Amino acid sequence: MGEFLLRRVALAVPTLLLAMTAVFVLARVVPGDPALVILGDQASLEALAALRERLGLDRPILQQYLDFLLGILRGDLGRSLVTGKSVWAEVLAVIPYTIELTLAAIVIGVVLGVPLGVYAAVHRNALPDTLTRLFSLAGLSFPAFVSAILLLLAFAIELRWFPVISAPKVDDPLDRLRHLALPAFNIGLIMTAYVTRVTRSSMLNVLGEDYVRTARAKGIGMRAVLWRHALRNALIPVATVVGLYLGTLIGNSVLTEIVFNRPGLGKLILGALNQRDYTLLQGLMVFFAGFIVLANAATDIAYGIIDPRVRYK
Amino acid sequence: MSATTASLEPARGWTHRFRANPTSWIGVAIIVAVILAAVFASWIWPLDPLEQSVVDRLMGPSPEHPLGTDSYGRDVLARLLHAARISLLIGVLSIALAMAVGSAIGIAAGYLGGWFDAAVTSLLDVLLSFPTLLLGLMVVAMLGPSIENLVIAIAITELAPFARVARAPTISLKSRDFVEAGRALGFSDLRLVVVHIIPNLLSEVVVVASLWLATAIRTEASLSFIGLGVKPPTPTWGGMIREGFENILDAPWLAVAPGVAIMVTVLGLNLLGDGLRDAIDPKVRRD
Repeated sequence: MGEFLLRRVALAVPTLLLAMTAVFVLARVVPGDPALVILGDQASLEALAALRERLGLDRPILQQYLDFLLGILRGDLGRSLVTGKSVWAEVLAVIPYTIELTLAAIVIGVVLGVPLGVYAAVHRNALPDTLTRLFSLAGLSFPAFVSAILLLLAFAIELRWFPVISAPKVDDPLDRLRHLALPAFNIGLIMTAYVTRVTRSSMLNVLGEDYVRTARAKGIGMRAVLWRHALRNALIPVATVVGLYLGTLIGNSVLTEIVFNRPGLGKLILGALNQRDYTLLQGLMVFFAGFIVLANAATDIAYGIIDPRVRYK
Repeated sequence: MSATTASLEPARGWTHRFRANPTSWIGVAIIVAVILAAVFASWIWPLDPLEQSVVDRLMGPSPEHPLGTDSYGRDVLARLLHAARISLLIGVLSIALAMAVGSAIGIAAGYLGGWFDAAVTSLLDVLLSFPTLLLGLMVVAMLGPSIENLVIAIAITELAPFARVARAPTISLKSRDFVEAGRALGFSDLRLVVVHIIPNLLSEVVVVASLWLATAIRTEASLSFIGLGVKPPTPTWGGMIREGFENILDAPWLAVAPGVAIMVTVLGLNLLGDGLRDAIDPKVRRD
């Protein structure tokens, strides 16, 4: 196990370097002058030169690249051009909201999606299966902001069950939950569609395995075979796929936060875009890239813990 | 040019399976309807999508304006139909670009192997796990919003799936007898790849294209909604939702109509892609 852990962590290092390089290339080598993008066409030459110097854009590209990597190594993601605060401070101020939202969505997705997927697999090709498949395909077809607007219209504007603008009071747990409900339900339903689909196909594979037939032949009831033997094995690919889904989940939470006007990373990105806060945007990309690479490594390690066969591949 | 790999069956087999699947037909019907609506937009509903009218602003659905008017008094139905053109255009162009470049990368990696393959594969893993929306957002924010830049940005976000799906069969195909025979006859690598390998992995790449076209259209709509889409007043579905969202309390239909249009189009593409995959991929067919 120790060797597997070490190998997986060692693999994350070059991947991380590659991801950071990709962000750097994207941010620097694209056509156009970042200083010009930030200040606009009307800026004076002096202002442009001053900003270039402040951003370190006047130095040789290799030097910039090394500074960028060394900064990340020290845990420095840069500072916001607009507020002057460090990217970390900006991220830490809003990240609890985003974590709350995505965790709630994952819980909704797994709690609803796994039983639905099992149910569809057991009733394969019958009406409940067809309905479940249609539901999950429809769920996957909704862009997150469209479903968010529909939920907002129905439950916040027409029925007034939930607040239109999601700005919870931090110290009131009940109020927080009320503000969380609609946005979390929005991403959670899309996630449910996804989990249902994956669980169904994974369950179908497992149900055809010899050990399931053996268990049935031994006289174990269908219900016990299903939940104790089959589901446990079917969940392994589901866990990986949920890990891979993280990227989509982040994208969906960005869109959902914008619709519900909810604080979080999504609104932070939108603000950085609107204010041309180029350094904040770059810092956020580094943050996301790092997070994704580490999350993937963590998923693989979790996979190795659940399924010992993975460790020896 | 009939399929020669082990994973593919003769062409008649999969078209038959595709036709036998009713949900694929629903997908085909939806997509054909959307394409016709986009192409014949001006004939179907001859109002100008850009013509403003201050007195007619934010009107509800009526016989003159079946889907109402927006905050500039423009006809929503006309804008909806014309927006279909932009969405389909950007979707198809970006997928074509991603398909060409991504497959080329995948085939090169699979065919050349060695360190090049290793480097490309690990780069693809990063690209694949990066949030599509954030990557697109970053690229458009840097390049500036225009149709060309949107196409490039969306294509970049979708390179990895094409490279992956082209790489795997290339590895198995390059050691197959008919390719070895070609090599023994002195055919160049280029000829082997273009004439003998590409035709054999084309069907799998096309399935990926049909599935990812739905994602491309969704990404375009999302970027437009964030404000990184084609510049106004050109109508796009995402842009219409963005404008409609500002008037959500007075005129909810402004956001709902283009939202339904996106959903139906993406659903149609997903049904079509699923049908194609079920028909072609033998692994799925077993279910």
